[in-house]
Amino acid sequence: MRQSVTLSKVTKFMGLGMFGTLKDLFTGKLGKEDFKSFLRKTIVPIASILLFIGLWHMGAKALYEKEANFKIQKALTDQGQSAADAMKACIASGDISCKPNTLPSPAQVWDSYKSLLKDHNIIAADKAAFKEKTAALNEKRIEDGLEAITYTGRPSFVDQIFRSLKTVFAGFLLALIIAVPLGIFIGLSPTLKSSFNWFIQIFKPVSPVVWYLLVFMIVKTLLIDSNEDSSFTISFISVGLCSMWATLVNTAMGVSSVDKDYINVAKVLKLGSFQKIFKVVLPSSLPLIFTGLKITLSVAWMVLIAIELLAQSPGLGLFVWEEFQNGANDSNAKIIVAMFVIGIIGFLLDRLMLTIQNWVSFDKTEAI
Amino acid sequence: MSITSTSNQSNIMTDNGLFPSNEVMLDLKNLKKVYPTPKGDYIVLEDLNLQIKKEEFVTIIGHSGCGKTTMLSMIAGLNPISGGHISVLGKQIKGPGPDRGVIFQAPSLMPWMTALQNVLLGVNQVFPHATKAQRNDIAKYYLQKVGLEDAFNKRASDLSQGMQQRVGIARAFAIKPKVLLLDEPFGMLDSLTRGELQDILIEIWNKEKITAVMITHDVDEAIFLADRVVMMTSGPKAKIGDILDIDFERPRTRKTVLEHNDYYKYRKHLIDFLEH
Repeated sequence: MRQSVTLSKVTKFMGLGMFGTLKDLFTGKLGKEDFKSFLRKTIVPIASILLFIGLWHMGAKALYEKEANFKIQKALTDQGQSAADAMKACIASGDISCKPNTLPSPAQVWDSYKSLLKDHNIIAADKAAFKEKTAALNEKRIEDGLEAITYTGRPSFVDQIFRSLKTVFAGFLLALIIAVPLGIFIGLSPTLKSSFNWFIQIFKPVSPVVWYLLVFMIVKTLLIDSNEDSSFTISFISVGLCSMWATLVNTAMGVSSVDKDYINVAKVLKLGSFQKIFKVVLPSSLPLIFTGLKITLSVAWMVLIAIELLAQSPGLGLFVWEEFQNGANDSNAKIIVAMFVIGIIGFLLDRLMLTIQNWVSFDKTEAI
Repeated sequence: MSITSTSNQSNIMTDNGLFPSNEVMLDLKNLKKVYPTPKGDYIVLEDLNLQIKKEEFVTIIGHSGCGKTTMLSMIAGLNPISGGHISVLGKQIKGPGPDRGVIFQAPSLMPWMTALQNVLLGVNQVFPHATKAQRNDIAKYYLQKVGLEDAFNKRASDLSQGMQQRVGIARAFAIKPKVLLLDEPFGMLDSLTRGELQDILIEIWNKEKITAVMITHDVDEAIFLADRVVMMTSGPKAKIGDILDIDFERPRTRKTVLEHNDYYKYRKHLIDFLEH
């Protein structure tokens, strides 16, 4: 019982109150007066998801029929009745060569999801077998001072997700390391603020594509004599530079707008500047800094896809692009799977930041 | 309007109307404050002279916007002086410092710190050579004095307004200032809590006898707490209008003060001044 209370607290704390209510329903703890809020918080979201899937299904069906009719009509006008009948039969049989290429239905997407998982399991098993096979050999190679042989096979979908997360966290850390200290300096000094203002205003709206190109120009030259693949470096730096602005602006604003009463207290007590910054200014601007970091993380995740695609750095972005170029039977469905995965991970990252924010911040009014 | 005569020995002034310099803690001379505005200078205070003796509790009363808070923040060193000077024990002040403790109108506690940490923030600064245990003891002593022995480790943001102001009082006394400046510290509280805090304040003050200057809007509060009530004229160019000596014995209780024969005389004097 005690455990369930903590669980509902945790989900509520993370802004996932819906799951807590759902759990209460199954454990029979839901009172009559809670029923209305249960309806609103649980039933309505589920109903809206079902409605969404229904609309999607119908839309996909309509698009499929339009595409199919067009193909048959085209065969009829170009090659005559027999070709049209052949095309009709071909489409009905579900053959890949004549399958209408359009928005996949929910069921197709679900199948693709399962096939991607299956694919992952095969690759994972393959990897494990490879590791086992080369274990003895690698040990010997390391003894001889040679590099170990690593698995170079195709990455699975799950591998790509982790690769993307790695890029995003590296970029986020870079943004944090640059933007928070810089923001503090800018916020503390009006001179620095006015000297940096034009810089921020000009670079803030620059598109991720341009950031990528800029970073590419610089990093390519810097790493010109290295054999290593620079695509990861380039993509995480681009992600960091692209997403750091929200944190920079929010930190500077938080630091420069500390409650005057707190500053007066610091003055009366004659706190040194180190103490003033770490005991008064930073804690008081923490809520705003975190709002900035939250925006930075979501922007980082959003631009990641475009940057991975450009940098040819393995990850979800590249996955989407390769599937689009590939044009296989279930490519479209796989792209939609990737879209949902990207969306859900983005949502979870946002909740993660909110949780950390609630945890470290004195300001208990829930930020959204 | 005449200054009420007193028989108190220590209130004897020298020929020029000033106290002997060895008795003066805080001295304001020809104090002036000017705020430049687009329409020309706005003179808030001009030719303001006030002496406050050691171990004296002075309350300042006057209409809103007359410059009371400006004067207090100039004494605290938080607001620059446009003319004249302010000295503490004969030494002219330079900016803010812990020799002049301030209790602000808003409690101004760091909401992310506990009650104890808030008091320690000042104590650590003023007693850097004391051991950690000693500093903790000082902070805890004053928190106990204001009745917060159960709330040492509560976050300031979790305390009620009244409790927060108690921490503010503890923080100000714990740094053992020469002068205590109080800017309407109870103005935001309900009347019950206000009474409680007045009692707490006067109880600690009776023990520590730190020279205190307090701004208030409340005539009863002014009489109950003060040795002298200073009345300021309305601005612009505000100055000291009148000073009333409150001749009640200390320690005082609310009951004895209210039942005292002179109480309504004092009260009438202050209200006459304010309504004038």
